[in-house]
Amino acid sequence: MTFPALTALTLLPVAAAAVLLLLPQSSSKLPRVIAAALSLLILACTLLLWVRFDHTSGALQFQERHAWIPALHVEYRLAIDGLGLIMLLLTAIVVPIGIAASWRTKKRSSLYFALVFLLQACMFGTFTALNFFHWFIFWELSLIPAFFLIRLWGGKLAGPAATQFLVYTMVGSVTMLLSFLAIYLATGTFDFIELAGRGDSFLPGVAANLGWQHVNPQHLALVLFAGVFLGFAVKVPLIPFHTWLPAAYSEAPSGVTAILTGAMSKMGVYGFLRILLPIFAPQIHKLQTPLLWISIATIVLSAFAALAQKDLKRIFAYSSINHLGYCLLAAFALVRTSDAALLPEQYAAFSGILLQVLSHAITAATIFWFISLLENRSAGTRLLTDFGGLRRIAPVFAGLMGIALFSSLGLPGLNGFPGEFLIFKGTFPLVPWAASISVLGLLITAVFILGVIQKVFTGPLQPERAVFPDLTSGERVSFAPVIALMFVLGLYPQLVLGALNSTVISYVHQLRF
Amino acid sequence: MTWIVRYVCLIPALPMLAAGISALLPQRSRKPAAGLAIVSMAASFALALCAFAAALSNPSPQVFNFSWLQFGDQTLALGWLLDPLTAVMLVMVTFVGLLIFIYSTGYMEHDENFTRFFCFLALFAGGMLGVIIANSLLLLFMCWEIVGLTSYLLIGFWYQNPRAAAAAKKAFITTRIGDLGFLIGMVWLYAQAHTLLFYDSGRGALESGAVSHLAVTTTIYGLTLSSAIGLLIFCGAMGKSGQVPLHVWLPDAMEGPTPVSALIHAATMVAAGVFLIARIYPLMSAHGVEVVTPTIALQVVTWVGAITALFGATVAVAQWDIKRILAYSTVSQLGYMMIGLGVGGPAVGMFHLITHAFFKALLFLGAGSVIHGCSGEQDIRRMGGLRKYMPLTFLTYGIGMLALSGFPLVVSGFWSKDAILYSAHHWSVSQLPFYMASLGALLTAFYMTRQVCYVFFGTLRLPGHGPVSHSEPDSEDTRHHGAGHPHESPAVMTAPLAILAFFAFALGFLGTPLWPWFQSFLNGDHSVAAEHEPGLVATMAASSVIALLGIFLGWLLYGRQSIATCEAPDVLERAQPQTFRVLHQAYFIDAIYDATFVRLTRWTAKLADLLDRFLFHGIVQAISFGVLGLAWVDSFVDNYVVNFGFDSSWRSISMGGRAMAALQGGRVQAYLRYIGLALVALVLYLLWGVAR
Repeated sequence: MTFPALTALTLLPVAAAAVLLLLPQSSSKLPRVIAAALSLLILACTLLLWVRFDHTSGALQFQERHAWIPALHVEYRLAIDGLGLIMLLLTAIVVPIGIAASWRTKKRSSLYFALVFLLQACMFGTFTALNFFHWFIFWELSLIPAFFLIRLWGGKLAGPAATQFLVYTMVGSVTMLLSFLAIYLATGTFDFIELAGRGDSFLPGVAANLGWQHVNPQHLALVLFAGVFLGFAVKVPLIPFHTWLPAAYSEAPSGVTAILTGAMSKMGVYGFLRILLPIFAPQIHKLQTPLLWISIATIVLSAFAALAQKDLKRIFAYSSINHLGYCLLAAFALVRTSDAALLPEQYAAFSGILLQVLSHAITAATIFWFISLLENRSAGTRLLTDFGGLRRIAPVFAGLMGIALFSSLGLPGLNGFPGEFLIFKGTFPLVPWAASISVLGLLITAVFILGVIQKVFTGPLQPERAVFPDLTSGERVSFAPVIALMFVLGLYPQLVLGALNSTVISYVHQLRF
Repeated sequence: MTWIVRYVCLIPALPMLAAGISALLPQRSRKPAAGLAIVSMAASFALALCAFAAALSNPSPQVFNFSWLQFGDQTLALGWLLDPLTAVMLVMVTFVGLLIFIYSTGYMEHDENFTRFFCFLALFAGGMLGVIIANSLLLLFMCWEIVGLTSYLLIGFWYQNPRAAAAAKKAFITTRIGDLGFLIGMVWLYAQAHTLLFYDSGRGALESGAVSHLAVTTTIYGLTLSSAIGLLIFCGAMGKSGQVPLHVWLPDAMEGPTPVSALIHAATMVAAGVFLIARIYPLMSAHGVEVVTPTIALQVVTWVGAITALFGATVAVAQWDIKRILAYSTVSQLGYMMIGLGVGGPAVGMFHLITHAFFKALLFLGAGSVIHGCSGEQDIRRMGGLRKYMPLTFLTYGIGMLALSGFPLVVSGFWSKDAILYSAHHWSVSQLPFYMASLGALLTAFYMTRQVCYVFFGTLRLPGHGPVSHSEPDSEDTRHHGAGHPHESPAVMTAPLAILAFFAFALGFLGTPLWPWFQSFLNGDHSVAAEHEPGLVATMAASSVIALLGIFLGWLLYGRQSIATCEAPDVLERAQPQTFRVLHQAYFIDAIYDATFVRLTRWTAKLADLLDRFLFHGIVQAISFGVLGLAWVDSFVDNYVVNFGFDSSWRSISMGGRAMAALQGGRVQAYLRYIGLALVALVLYLLWGVAR
């Protein structure tokens, strides 16, 4: 038997959490050092997985498959392809950033970091599970550490925000669960790969299998789709299922926000790509125009909404919705046509999604890291109007955060650009109108990001910010790898794409609608 | 392939490397930063000369392509190329850039962010040179955006001034509006041509195979694909090259340091749009089967150029700020280049681009020298008589002014502008652009004369200087404090002026109708033959008259009587105050944009926010209140309907039970009491029975 690498990787953060909880409670500095070290260790293990991954194959790898509940045909099945791999990687990158952004957490810090690791374990579980049964357990379980992290360490309104986050996500999960139960009752399997392999015929057959003669099978298929769609649309989120997000992101401590936006939002994108698109491709094809409009609304409205915000965290909360909107635009465009001449465009769109999720994870998490430092240095305020002219007294801070902001803006040479370019390169030939409207999002993003730079860093110095220490040398050193990564991914995206191309090809070929 | 083609990428790479290194240098290492930038630029210049020599010997495009990334089974290649267009631009940008770098060491001497300045300048040069050598529209676009970034950083270089910060943001956003069109055009071209490489041994997007396919396919509104894509890409060029209606950022960009204005917003970056159109000219000019008129794309380019040329020239007449006059004149001259591309082809447009780069850099650096000498004063009303204080600046500035005005025969500007006018005159579509350009040329000569009269002639009107006080000698420290005496700039600043002035003269002779070397070089043929076309001499005569008339009118209004005080209104203002005001405000276009687009954006943002807070959030709230309401109803039913019946029966049972329980309290006294009572009752009953 081969080494169960994915199970081990998922258990690693659980062990890390246990180590932190066993620490003596008296010390306040020890937990963060240990947490940082452990998160880097997990990152190293994930990188090892990346290296061991066969980049020439688009098949599922590191497979673990055991019978679990034979009576229900439930298996314990784990495996990753390039899609799972990139999700694991970005989670492993984001968590150390989140921990660094929580460096000043004083209150019960060992519990805090333990919850962060539990959250990471749940995400690892979600990204590797291929059977709905335990996938759903991880999916739901991830809410619990997230809820307590927001509730206990958040801002003044953290209570309602955390509750709203939990309940809202739960509603989506319930509809998804119902859909999957119906599918299970009709097909007898919970296995994602098996369901995707059944092609476009099984969903309309669900009604007959359930013995519901009076239900229109096509309508039932759409209802099942809607149930699963809601679960993922809330998680990403798509407008109008996003109203939990600004409150949750702004009330959560910045380190947690970095993880929520960097990694947890990708659970939704992953769900769309691993579950919704392969299984429900015919339904998405049928509903493509409204779905594209939803993604356009997500891109454009969120950018405009970001422009109207005053609170830095809310601005980048909306910006996060905007960036993931491009991924979903491309995802819905994928099932436009099965014309073989447009295969390269589908490859481009899907590669663009994969690059975009990675680059958004890095950039968004880094921006929230900077915001956490900004908050620490300004007695907790983060209103745009409370800053001004910081570049004068904190030039390194301004310069490095400027790089992160321009990366978010999609400047060529930084990591934001290749993904966005590939998404537009693929989406435009598939659905020209949708791509043409969506570019408006790129413009408005530039407007609000330059607005942030203008209000925070330029102009005359605000008197109450006269004492604003620049980045310490420790902080500079810890930012250096992330900033370097932004340049590397921007200039040489092949580093990532090279590992994913086989997955891209086999994924696109498996879409049937 | 010669070695230089392979290594032509070093030309942009060296300044970029210098920028990268100096970004890591601490603020205090001023000399290393400036040294790195200048040395890298000098090396690039040397390489550019080698590239130029290589292009001379082999004018066909030579390329070096490489794979950048793969998606699926597709490969996205980037590459660079060397052809006459690239070679000419490389030499111009590295040479002008080098001079401006040297000049900047003097001009920025006292700036605390000196190190960053050279970092940004070098990054800019790298990006610009990258645009020039790119053999892929994508690589060009990437470098184009880097150029946009550095332009943003340099306009906002004095970031503590809120106006500079706002101008920087405005520049970036306005150009990005155009870039959206560029992006769409690019992905469309990619989808149609299956490549973004310009030249790729027959498979490139600009080569006959792809272009002929694009030119015969029609899309919406009967446009050919090539025209539609060309026009979308032209949107990007309009943003970068300040064409109406996206010109608004360029005058505001003058908030940046003057060398920046010279390098970026006059000589090189703004010309990138013109260069882009020259680069994709095969696409813009691609015809279908029947050749009748110029393509729609080129017609649009011509009209936009003509409107811009005239617009910029009229507005420049009514400005007070020495740099804003030059800025609007740049807008106008970029319009001429576009006309040249539209009516005459790349050689005509590019010739004006090259000559303009030299004399406009000269003018801006001259203006910088004036501003430096007048301790930061930029209002021409408060200058005057400076020719006595700054003779060298005056002399070189005068040459620049003559070149820009198109003074007949001796200066470069005359020849390049004449070529444009000549082509416009023979344009088959309409004569109107020719008349617009001619009127613009008249105004150009006029406003330049006006500016020179204001700045260099008459009497000094600098605050604190009466007409008599100028006899006092200069002191070294005046330039540091407030208003001092005007003084000539140091040699590090005047030497570049002199060199540029030489080229402002000499370059014209590379492209005269008698010896059109430049045109034949760009067009790739070696036969340098004089053109014998009809009407050549007539157009030359006409453009000479126009230029001389403009200069004469300027002298008549501003030079004949010297301007006495800085409060005195302009001659034109006195005659036509309303018109002057409209021109001074640049037709109120900024105000119109503020009232429309800016406000619309703000309102949409507000609306999006309100939608979020009230509609979407409201629906969620309504649902949650609905659920709460249901819960309340449920609890009501529970408490008062279900529980009530249950409770009452429970209560009676319990009361009965309690009563029964009371009977069995387990207390012996009670039992005895019951027995006693029962006994009494029994006795009474028996007695009652016996008695009956």
